[in-house]
Amino acid sequence: MNLTAIKVIYLNEMMRFWNTLFQSIASPVISTALYFVVFGSAIGSRIENIEGVSYGLFIVPGLTMLSVLTQSISNASFGIFFPKFTGTIYELLSAPVSFYETLIGYVGAAATKSLILATIILVTANLFVDLNIAHPFWMLGFLVLTCISFSLFGFIIGLWADNFEKLQIIPLLIITPLVFLGGSFYSIGMLPELWQKVTLFNPVLYLVSGFRWSFFEVSDVSVGISLSMVFLFLAICIAIIAWMFKTGYKLKQ
Amino acid sequence: MDSIISIKGLSKTYKTGFEALKSVNLEIKRGEILALLGPNGAGKTTLISTICGIISPSSGSVTVDGFDIISDFRKTRAIIGLVPQELTLGSFDTVWGTVRFSRGLFGSKKDDAYLEQLLKDLSLYDKKDSEIRALSGGMKRRVLIAKALSHNPKILFLDEPTAGVDVELRKDMWKIVNKLQSQGVTIILTTHYIEEAEEIAERVGIINNGELLLVEKKNELMESLGKKQLVIELKEKAKKIPTTLNKYDIELSEDGMQISYTYVVQDEETDISDVLNEITNSGLLLKDLKIEQSSLEDIFVDLVKEGP
Repeated sequence: MNLTAIKVIYLNEMMRFWNTLFQSIASPVISTALYFVVFGSAIGSRIENIEGVSYGLFIVPGLTMLSVLTQSISNASFGIFFPKFTGTIYELLSAPVSFYETLIGYVGAAATKSLILATIILVTANLFVDLNIAHPFWMLGFLVLTCISFSLFGFIIGLWADNFEKLQIIPLLIITPLVFLGGSFYSIGMLPELWQKVTLFNPVLYLVSGFRWSFFEVSDVSVGISLSMVFLFLAICIAIIAWMFKTGYKLKQ
Repeated sequence: MDSIISIKGLSKTYKTGFEALKSVNLEIKRGEILALLGPNGAGKTTLISTICGIISPSSGSVTVDGFDIISDFRKTRAIIGLVPQELTLGSFDTVWGTVRFSRGLFGSKKDDAYLEQLLKDLSLYDKKDSEIRALSGGMKRRVLIAKALSHNPKILFLDEPTAGVDVELRKDMWKIVNKLQSQGVTIILTTHYIEEAEEIAERVGIINNGELLLVEKKNELMESLGKKQLVIELKEKAKKIPTTLNKYDIELSEDGMQISYTYVVQDEETDISDVLNEITNSGLLLKDLKIEQSSLEDIFVDLVKEGP
């Protein structure tokens, strides 16, 4: 295994994060603060507690997931799309590096950035609400698995996309609506029965629900199902990537 | 000299159905400078991209230093450096950062002293902390060379290295190529500039429409296929070629002051002394004579015309 190559790909990707450190930190801090001002204070003060949890607290896991999902996809997809766009991919393809080593480098960096981002959001949230995490290890487990799964998904989008429009279209038209409609800011119990059943087809529901359970022991679906869905999503992403690598999809002619 | 790269029956057909390479066979000798000459779209870049691992072959095999480029890709790619045709570089990286990245990508251990010397050799050292986007086109080309050499490759591919490059860089580049060759590096360059091949290569491969038409030592190629032209200036104007010279394909210039005879050196039927004797005896008064050698360009044009 070419560990040196994995290391340089990883560090090179992380460098972009450090180079835009202010933007990387300021952006999640400001958006989290805005969500808390709008949803937590202005609207949240008029919403009753949800299953014994104040609305301000209730939205913390959903808010974190919203950023983690979109940033994981965006970082990983941009990471592999950019060399394709500029042509520097030639170096990666002609280097003694396997597809899996490339994957570990890019996805590892994207997942790390998302983890840092999630930490920043949770620290910021703690300034607004008194955050107690019931199951910290489960919380970390859900977070890490989600960061990796959606970074893998982002990597797939980055390989698939051959222009900037395609790069944006899935996060914008599919992921963001799924996150908003997946119970990030409400419990699905608040929806009419028909929409509750429709929401069960939304994979993000299981991520948010499991993640929220690790904080407050409150969930829309059982934690076992949530965990199974995370692993299922991870397995699907790995299977797609394995096929892409085997066939050289969009990478090699 | 043994082969460092062995290409057997290599073909590449793109999804569009375009046949970029048609059963190419080629042995590249260790330590040589080989120029692959061909017009645009001939298959030069496809050939080197396949050897480097950027393009998957449709059929055939390639071994590099005895290892297969697919099953032993780590061993083959680790000893190859590639300078691509396009100036493909990350705009926001620094020169030093991108060169170190390349070395790491090829699995080589950190060696800043080597990289510093490399940048000095390429007149890039004072730009080492500059961002790539701030560099001129020529400087970017140097960075690409530095990246390709960052892991001490045994084989260097230069794809159209002097496209859009000024004279100074061109000279520098040939100096570097010669230095590398003296260190035992095998160099393969693709070009459609004949002068480049003529100036630097030891062997020349001519490729057209995906087929390797021939590979020969540059001098032998010019000897075997090169035509020479005997040009004689006359003291007095001639109205026509004397009848005694009709058996030779001799041409008279429009002003009647010069005759020329084109012949192939290796042609056994050609005996230049016979021709000269007959011209002298024909009554023409000779003022001066010279022999012109056809260039690689003439040979190339002839071959490509005859080719498929």
